[in-house]
Amino acid sequence: MTKRDRQLASAIAPAGATLITWLSGVMLVVLFLGSFMVGKFDISPAQVVSVIYAGVSGGSHNLPPVVDAVIFQIRLPRVIAAMLVGAALAAAGATYQGMFRNPLVSPDILGVSAGAGLGAVLGIFLSLPVVGVQLLAFVFGLGTVFLVYVISRTVRGHDPLLVLVLAGVVMGALAGACISLLKVLADPYDQLPAITFWLLGSLTAVNLHDVASILPLILLGLVPLYLLRWRMNLMSLGDEEAQALGIDAVKIRIVFICAATLITAAAVSISGIIGWVGLMMPHIARMLVGPSFSRLLPVSIMLGGGYLLAVDDLARVMADIEVPLGILTAFLGAPFFLWLLAATRRGWQ
Amino acid sequence: MRLAVQGLGFGYPSKAVGRNASFALEAGEVLCLLGPNGSGKTTLFKTILGLLPPQGGTVSLAEQNIANWSHRQIAQVMGYVPQAHTAYFPFTVIETVLMGRTAHMNLFASPSRHDLAVAEQALATLGISHLRDVIYTRTSGGERQLALIARALAQEPRILVMDEPTASLDFGNQMLVLDQIRTLAKTGIGIILSTHDPDHAFLCANRVAMLHEGTLVRLGSPDETITSESLKLLYGIDVNVLEVSAHAGSSGGAVHVCVPTLGAHQTS
Repeated sequence: MTKRDRQLASAIAPAGATLITWLSGVMLVVLFLGSFMVGKFDISPAQVVSVIYAGVSGGSHNLPPVVDAVIFQIRLPRVIAAMLVGAALAAAGATYQGMFRNPLVSPDILGVSAGAGLGAVLGIFLSLPVVGVQLLAFVFGLGTVFLVYVISRTVRGHDPLLVLVLAGVVMGALAGACISLLKVLADPYDQLPAITFWLLGSLTAVNLHDVASILPLILLGLVPLYLLRWRMNLMSLGDEEAQALGIDAVKIRIVFICAATLITAAAVSISGIIGWVGLMMPHIARMLVGPSFSRLLPVSIMLGGGYLLAVDDLARVMADIEVPLGILTAFLGAPFFLWLLAATRRGWQ
Repeated sequence: MRLAVQGLGFGYPSKAVGRNASFALEAGEVLCLLGPNGSGKTTLFKTILGLLPPQGGTVSLAEQNIANWSHRQIAQVMGYVPQAHTAYFPFTVIETVLMGRTAHMNLFASPSRHDLAVAEQALATLGISHLRDVIYTRTSGGERQLALIARALAQEPRILVMDEPTASLDFGNQMLVLDQIRTLAKTGIGIILSTHDPDHAFLCANRVAMLHEGTLVRLGSPDETITSESLKLLYGIDVNVLEVSAHAGSSGGAVHVCVPTLGAHQTS
């Protein structure tokens, strides 16, 4: 963005939107640095700063190697994974909410999570290695949405958006039934706990290799979302009105579905199913900076990344065993969302 | 720019609504489309705008058939003011109006300074500059209608298609919108609008087209088309079309008004 573009953006933004965007960026950085101090091994803020500075600048520090190892080997992959998954789910949620003209839509509306869940459960059932489980989750997530889209194209004579959503619900239910079947058939002592844990979402076992494998996919999905950010605003008017204003709504929707599905499937493949983030964060972002996608997308990404990072920090320290993330996001998300509904009508009408 | 509709069939893939509609709209002309509920006014408009494929016949702009034009090409020439607008997200009025600039923007672009200037000019034209930063969903029905007209004006259209622009407005706002329609037509924009009130046609239209069960049954000046007989055909009610001398002291001479007769089927 040039300076003039920024001035222009602020000329049409609601008051305070720019400030809030910066604040959410600052919050994300603080959470990022703070998260290195969370865990059984005590690390001071000064140690975090000097180790990261040394790591970035290629210099050295005088701290014990164990501090270095905890920060880079143990905590860094997890911190980055949490931010990446949270950001991905929030970005996909913001996209689907705009596209389906509904602020209560979550990234798994078209069945991507259910499909990914089925892929992962199948992988665990077949005793595949972790990479195999992730790959199956990713492929099944994409495949489910592809099937949903094909179904919606073959069923004609109805509102295409409605058919798309209903096909998503149906395929999600079907995947859910297959998951239940596999759970019944699975080894109850070995495989079933792994399946249950995966379906509840967790970043316990994540490593830098996982992060490196999904990062390019998520970035690949984010590029068209950012490039088409203005057109996204028009999608919320509905197909006919958007077309009357000069955009090809059908083609653009395909691009958005592909991008958002790629992002979600990549995230879910390493984290398991984590609900609520993709629904709540874009919603809050919209209340803070308004619905215009050029502001909504970055703020959703930062809030989503920060939120899941904070929740994952909580999951690491709140009990002796790690609490699955999906449980925590639901426990935090459900009451918060009810409060939002009761306390305010700002955000969608 | 001249809009010509020739032998147009219109409707949905599963259901034909109307057929063989032919008329033309010259630059600076106001054409008012009258017809009862379900007569196909909105469907006709959507077909003209390329939102529905024509079921026979052609729509041409400046003597060019637009059948193969992209939505973008059409939107650069024709602005659409839709009916009964529901908004789902709280965009501000200026953001809503800026959406009208999309047809003039590149695929990946966001609005430029020029786009913002055009949008602000559209607000000024309609006298709603004070609504610039108000949330669109929180404005009144009349303000919304004006904002949607501003959005269509931001397209810098040569032709404006307005679907019941006075519906759900109070009396004052109805006249405000009709006044704007006449003012806009004077700038050379051709305007086609639908309305349920024949008096509105008397007030703002150069010509009137009457749509009955998907067929254009009358086409001509308001005085010659809007008659007791044609309104009976269209709406099935008895209406007297009276000539009254308008606003004493002003240059405007006689105007026509429609006065329906209630209970006629019982007494006569």
